[in-house]
Amino acid sequence: MKSKKTLCTFYVDKLLFGVDVSEVQEVLRAQNMTDVPLAPDVVSGLMNLRGQIVTALDMRQLLCLQPTDETRNLMNVLIRTGDTAVSLLVDEIGDVIDVQQDQFEPAPESVPKNVWEMIDGVFKLDDELLLCLNTSKLDRRDYIKSASRNLQTSLPHNHQ
Amino acid sequence: MEEIDEIIKEFLVESHENLDQLVEDLMELEKAPDNLERIPSIFRTIHTIKGTSGFLALPRLERLTHVGESLLVPIRDGELQLTNEIADGLFQMVDAVRNMLGEIESTGAEAEEEHLDLIALLEELQGNPKSTSPDASEDTDETEITSEIECADDPNTQIDDNTAQTESPTVNSNQKENQAPDAKGSAQSHSIADSTLRIDVQILDSLMNLVGELVLSRNQVLQFSSATDDSASNNALQKLNLVTTELQEAVMKTRMQPIRNAWSKLPRVVRDLANTCGKKVQVQMEGADTELDKTVLEAIKDPLTHIVRNSVDHGIDTTEQRLANGKPETGTLWLRAFHEGGQVIIEIADDGRGMDLDRIRAKAVEKGIISKEQAQSMNDRETINLVLLPGFSTAPAVTNVSGRGVGMDVVRTNIERIGGTLDIQSIPGKGTTLRIKLPLTLAIVPALIVKSTGREFAIPQVNLLELLRLDAERAKREIEYVYGTPVYRLRGSLLPLLYLDQLLGIRECSTESDSENPLDEKEAVNIVVLQAEDRQFGLVVDLISDTQEIVVKPLDSHLNEIELYAGATIMGNGSVSLILDAIGLAHKGKILSDQETNGLDEHKLEAESGSQTESWLVLDPGDGTQAAVALNHVARLEEFECDRIERIDNRSVVQYRNHIMPLVNLDGTPAMIDASDDDSSKHVVVCNHQCGQDVGLVIERILDIVEERSSTPVDKKCAQRVISGKVTKVITPEMINLTADGLFPS
Repeated sequence: MKSKKTLCTFYVDKLLFGVDVSEVQEVLRAQNMTDVPLAPDVVSGLMNLRGQIVTALDMRQLLCLQPTDETRNLMNVLIRTGDTAVSLLVDEIGDVIDVQQDQFEPAPESVPKNVWEMIDGVFKLDDELLLCLNTSKLDRRDYIKSASRNLQTSLPHNHQ
Repeated sequence: MEEIDEIIKEFLVESHENLDQLVEDLMELEKAPDNLERIPSIFRTIHTIKGTSGFLALPRLERLTHVGESLLVPIRDGELQLTNEIADGLFQMVDAVRNMLGEIESTGAEAEEEHLDLIALLEELQGNPKSTSPDASEDTDETEITSEIECADDPNTQIDDNTAQTESPTVNSNQKENQAPDAKGSAQSHSIADSTLRIDVQILDSLMNLVGELVLSRNQVLQFSSATDDSASNNALQKLNLVTTELQEAVMKTRMQPIRNAWSKLPRVVRDLANTCGKKVQVQMEGADTELDKTVLEAIKDPLTHIVRNSVDHGIDTTEQRLANGKPETGTLWLRAFHEGGQVIIEIADDGRGMDLDRIRAKAVEKGIISKEQAQSMNDRETINLVLLPGFSTAPAVTNVSGRGVGMDVVRTNIERIGGTLDIQSIPGKGTTLRIKLPLTLAIVPALIVKSTGREFAIPQVNLLELLRLDAERAKREIEYVYGTPVYRLRGSLLPLLYLDQLLGIRECSTESDSENPLDEKEAVNIVVLQAEDRQFGLVVDLISDTQEIVVKPLDSHLNEIELYAGATIMGNGSVSLILDAIGLAHKGKILSDQETNGLDEHKLEAESGSQTESWLVLDPGDGTQAAVALNHVARLEEFECDRIERIDNRSVVQYRNHIMPLVNLDGTPAMIDASDDDSSKHVVVCNHQCGQDVGLVIERILDIVEERSSTPVDKKCAQRVISGKVTKVITPEMINLTADGLFPS
């Protein structure tokens, strides 16, 4: 890992996450979304990004966080994956910040395994902790599946 | 300038490009003779020109390049060092090839020029490379020049010329004979090469995407503009509107190619094949300018060639047969293409002997594709379609042309893969016509837009058979249930129904006991009848809106495992809609079983189980039971007014088609019909007697015509079986005959 990194940060359920800024294609306000029946829970829907169809992932589902009722104002963070893109639905966009390698520490083993796999580690900022997302995992179908299955077993009351 | 054959044109463009590269490579090689990296490329170029010129029947060009190639072999193998004079020779060859290409381009034919001296030189260079010292070779070169004046450039100025060669073709001043055509030819060759550009199809695809998006944005902007009165901005928008439309058309055009491109090779194929088979065949093309998408065109090339080979080999009869049948000696193969209903139709027709249906049946039985009984009951159309099954070939002997078992099934599969259909018509003795229907383009497909639970879905029209709408009352009455599975009787056969909202898991499956009709009883039911492999089923949707041309886009890895969806598309209003996959729906709805493989179709299944389908006329005798007559025994269904029914010896008869037709009850007893009966008319099933007389079966009413699979033959004495889920008395002509004959000795 480089000694210095620039991260694009955003909040999901009051937790601060960061993605390497070079992997972010753009940030968009709430878009019209087409939901996909029978899709895994983490797939929030499909959106039209200038003629390209982009899958939007519900970060709360993906990261095993509490679902929110307020889905209308979610922001889209578009991440490049190969020749297409995937959108992460987040609560709020943070800043673009520089972090140093010496602030980094691996995530504690006690976080849920699926989440632990999604996170490279934690940057200890002055006033809060920044969880660094591993975007290469976003494309992994098997992971997405296990995440939604895990969520179904852990949070059954949320799936009505 | 004569019109140049498409293949030759391609060859010229390609060769000019390759020669430019070759000269460059050769220059590099000359600078560093030990660097063998460039050799393969040089070798390949010469080899390609040689091969293609052989194919295009350009013997002089072939001969020259062959010698050049032979010279390159030892260089490639490291046996020969590229010396100055060898390079000279090769450059001369390049120039000669260029001249020849120019000649071909301007006159359409090869020049008379043989380039014998140059060939001799090249052979010499190859034959004794070490014996000629540089000095000596210079001498030989000198002497060569004088004799070569007509055909090649001065070798001493050659290298200088060739440095310029990459930019502009040199017109050799030494050439006397060829000068004029050469100059012309060179100019033209470059005009051809310069006027075309090879572009990656991916770039065109992304262009098309962007244009689609531009159209969408334009539509949105136009909506805003209609609310304003600002004439300046409206004018600008009007311009934008026009330009966008034209741009869209132009981009669409980049992908369209005339079908001539796929056809151009066929006359040659036909000619060679006809010669091999000892037949005379002429090819007639109609509608060669019909345009279709490049990807479709590429996909259709091989199937077309296959069909054409088949037509010549099997279809067209031999000259003797033709003359014996009073046909012209030369057979004709028609290639027709035209647009019809948003599709491209390609017809390949011959005036040959047509298909021998008996032989097809016999072959199919022999190969175990169908049973003997099936073969007998098959109609002509079904028989013809047998040739589309895997492993079918009637060719008595395996020739190098056809009969290797890779047959029409592959052709059909290839055509269906791109959303096309194949249809065969054949008239014995007159000829066979194959009709291919193709979509104009693969990227854009016509689709039906339906709505379910407030969402819009697209169904590609390839899978669509028909649309049904049942109003609430009919839906309640006519949607029936077999163990909770809703079905609808569509022209006598049961159409299983799937509810889209249930398949999508949006609405829970309601059981029969829950409510008779799972939909809101007040609402009409819209049924989309779809074809999935060999099955039909009805998809119940909330609303059928309209048809649209949609651009199919694949789903990403998160979603492509859901079998219900074939992809997604962007609708006119910019929203994303999912495209439903008929086969996926059928699997999900358990209409197609998962075990069933694609190749295993109905014919095969039937042959394996040894059963066949029979059509039954199901009757209501009027006593609460059900009876049936095999449909092939039924001549007509009639309704007689009671006053037409006459009586003789306590039996009822009717005057029917100048005969007296006896009327019998279903149990074989003579019918006694009281003329003063309440009914004003009687339904009568007219059956064929064995003795040639008709007999009328008096019945209450006709219920249905059903197709049933029968595995056991009908027993004469115990004439009962289950039809449409009910125990049914089967009436056979033998039964009627015996009793009727006894009553009415003819």
